[in-house]
Amino acid sequence: MNVLILLIGVSLFVAVCFLIGFIWSVKTGQYEDKYTPSVRILLDDEFDNNINNTKNNNEVNNHEKV
Amino acid sequence: MSYNLKKKTEICCYHCGESCSEGVFSLGDKNFCCAGCKAVFEILYSKDLCNYYNIDEKAGIKLKDSVSVRKFDYLDDENIKKKLIEFTDKKLSSVSFKIPGIHCSSCIWLLEKLYKLNEGILSSKVNFLKKNISIVFDNTKVSLKDIVIILTSIGYEPLINLDESEQDTGIKSSFNKSLITKIGIAGFCMGNIMLFSFPEYFGLNIKSDNSLRQIFNYLNLILSLPVLFYCSSDYFKSAFNGLKNKFLNIDFPISLGLAAMFVRSLYEILIFGNAGFSDSLAGLVFLLLLGKLFQNKTYETLNFERDYRSYLPISVSVKKSGNLKSVPVINLKTGDRIVIRNNEIIPADSILFSGTGNIDYSFVTGESFPEQKVLGEIIYAGGRHFGGAIELEIVRTVSQSYLTQLWNDKAFEKKKQTDFNNITNQVSRYFTVVILLIAIASAVYWLPVDINLALNAFTTVLIIACPCALALTAPFALGNAVRIFGRNKFYLKNSGVVEELSAADAIVFDKTGTITNSRDVSIKFTGSALKLCEQAMVKSLVKNSTHPLSRLIYESIDISDTFNVKDFSETVSEGISGTVEGNIIKLGSLSFLLESLDYGYENLKNEITKSAFTTNVFLSIDNQIKGFFSFNNKYRDGLSKVVSELNENYELSLISGDNNSEKSNLKKIFTEDNNLLFNQTPQDKLNYIKALQANGSNVIMIGDGLNDAGALKQSNTGISVSEDITNFSPASDALIDASVFYKLNSFLKFSKHTIAIIKICFVISFIYNVIGLYLASQGTFSPLIAAVLMPINSISIILIVIGATNFSAKKLKLK
Repeated sequence: MNVLILLIGVSLFVAVCFLIGFIWSVKTGQYEDKYTPSVRILLDDEFDNNINNTKNNNEVNNHEKV
Repeated sequence: MSYNLKKKTEICCYHCGESCSEGVFSLGDKNFCCAGCKAVFEILYSKDLCNYYNIDEKAGIKLKDSVSVRKFDYLDDENIKKKLIEFTDKKLSSVSFKIPGIHCSSCIWLLEKLYKLNEGILSSKVNFLKKNISIVFDNTKVSLKDIVIILTSIGYEPLINLDESEQDTGIKSSFNKSLITKIGIAGFCMGNIMLFSFPEYFGLNIKSDNSLRQIFNYLNLILSLPVLFYCSSDYFKSAFNGLKNKFLNIDFPISLGLAAMFVRSLYEILIFGNAGFSDSLAGLVFLLLLGKLFQNKTYETLNFERDYRSYLPISVSVKKSGNLKSVPVINLKTGDRIVIRNNEIIPADSILFSGTGNIDYSFVTGESFPEQKVLGEIIYAGGRHFGGAIELEIVRTVSQSYLTQLWNDKAFEKKKQTDFNNITNQVSRYFTVVILLIAIASAVYWLPVDINLALNAFTTVLIIACPCALALTAPFALGNAVRIFGRNKFYLKNSGVVEELSAADAIVFDKTGTITNSRDVSIKFTGSALKLCEQAMVKSLVKNSTHPLSRLIYESIDISDTFNVKDFSETVSEGISGTVEGNIIKLGSLSFLLESLDYGYENLKNEITKSAFTTNVFLSIDNQIKGFFSFNNKYRDGLSKVVSELNENYELSLISGDNNSEKSNLKKIFTEDNNLLFNQTPQDKLNYIKALQANGSNVIMIGDGLNDAGALKQSNTGISVSEDITNFSPASDALIDASVFYKLNSFLKFSKHTIAIIKICFVISFIYNVIGLYLASQGTFSPLIAAVLMPINSISIILIVIGATNFSAKKLKLK
């Protein structure tokens, strides 16, 4: 039975960690905007160098692979 | 004469996607509808931000007017800066703006790349639903004004408002934050308590190891502590406040039930080592809080509290010793000279000093067509000016103006207190008394036998009677109703409005902009039919004039080719004339044309008297009257159907600030016993509502303009009609999108159905309570039965309520 008590302790501990995580997410305002992040994640990141350059580089890379 | 008159071919603007009806501006292979769109494209192209057009096609926003940079001079004013900037230190500042133009993912992409447009901007973050952007910037490199100018130059002009109600109040968001935290904690505790209660539920034989059972019980007790002391704290506070005001609200029996459960659990677990009611306690609080969240459906982009300050501009150009300076309107003094440009709003009552004003008062007085004002005439605040710049001298300050005086009425001071009188609290008043009586009676009954039994009986009654189902009915029913309304473009300020709507028995309509469609004007030409080339000549002539009626005529003639006009002249308040292809064409009032008229007038006499009150513009070609253009506002689609439907159950009236030119048309739509009033001032409207209420009516006011603001506020339910819900609308309880105006009767019916459903569910939940009390009186009530009965009770009520409201909506053909 001691094992059971230990397991209950561990499970409660894990659950409390999740609860703390949840409270933290609320406090940092992650529930204030439920839409924009879903769009933001789909927008491609751009690098600060020129798009054309990266395109050319890709082509060069492809050639090399061939 | 033969002219090559083509119908227009559609070319869409690469930036905003609108058709290029007024000429095409080309750049490379891309076409733009105006110089503004082209300019935005050039900015984005030069900064390598053309990906904007790939995310959503034609994402751009058409620049309405060329905005002069000077307009934002007031942003250099330290006081205004202080109000707008949220945080600042020596280097960094942060500010957030509302940008109504945000509408697609391209907008998010571009606005979060602002740092590419100016290196002083460090980061920007968009909240799409709130149409809000927060910007962090280096205040040594870029000023607030520069940021606003950058945003405006790419088509996202921020809506800057110093009115506090417009600003994002932290209260609402912190309320939501704490509610979500509470739900999370209650849910966590409920889940764990239930896990530890499983052995109890299934009667598993752990009695052999009593220590384990005790541990579970103690854990349950500990887990119920945060539920009682944190999650349900609002119920105790509200019950206490109610008691202080000598009022038994629904939270009182809830708190009593919760407290009874906890005390009973303490006593069972600590003294007898039995299972307590922790599971019921946590489950109940969890469901109640969920109901609260569900009921609090809010529309973040909409604002129901606006007053004239959000309608008037923030600043205006003041002329001082020959120089123009941008001054906040609140600082305007009588005697100041101000300059108003095309499409700007007059901030305070003033006298026209130079130029000609074409003032559109539709929002202020309800007159449907612009008025022309000449030197020395008074122009009231709130009018919108069209045409060349005019100079005005202020005669009354902003807060003393004709329009703004309305806000001094008492109607704007009182706050509607619906909470104490809502349907749940009305019922709970009696309910609580009955429950307390039963509890005390049973305690008294058992007291001579055994004090423990008496205590048990007392707490059991309180636990069973804890009106969870009762408390859940209204939040879920009203919350769902608000959502259904929202899906149908009828937006309520809060769920209490559903109740108000259902109680109404009188409806008052405004005319201009409410039952007429302010954007859609029907133009009818009466007289001899015009040939195509004559139409083209008229179009060529009106092209030269900025008068609103000229613009309307211009847009109504669907021909793309125009001619050159010679000798164009415009006489203020009279008309325009010019020579097109050798023909003298005149447009204007009858007296303007009569001066040089040969013949043709007699034939029209009958027609003219028929339409005496509508706005007419006469046309003559080569001194021969061809006929006249008459302008009529179109009534909204389905108006007559809505009115006849509503007439069955409601007392209808119409109060308009406009003249009675439409009376005969309106008589056809409304019936004889409906009250039709014209030439009403804003104060008259307010007083009319007051008079109706004094007769015991529960009034719905439906209006749109600032002149209805008083009536909207005074009425039991104010509904404002809006073509574009993000635009300005006066403070009201609900906003209805003009496109669903015809559904008004269904909306009102649905609100009645919702209240009926709530009443039915109250009866069901009473039956549950009676069953529970019966079981308790049989002595079969145990924590296990409580744990089964309460969730069944609550969840079944929630399902019935949501199912029934959805069914009713479907029957009324609401989405």
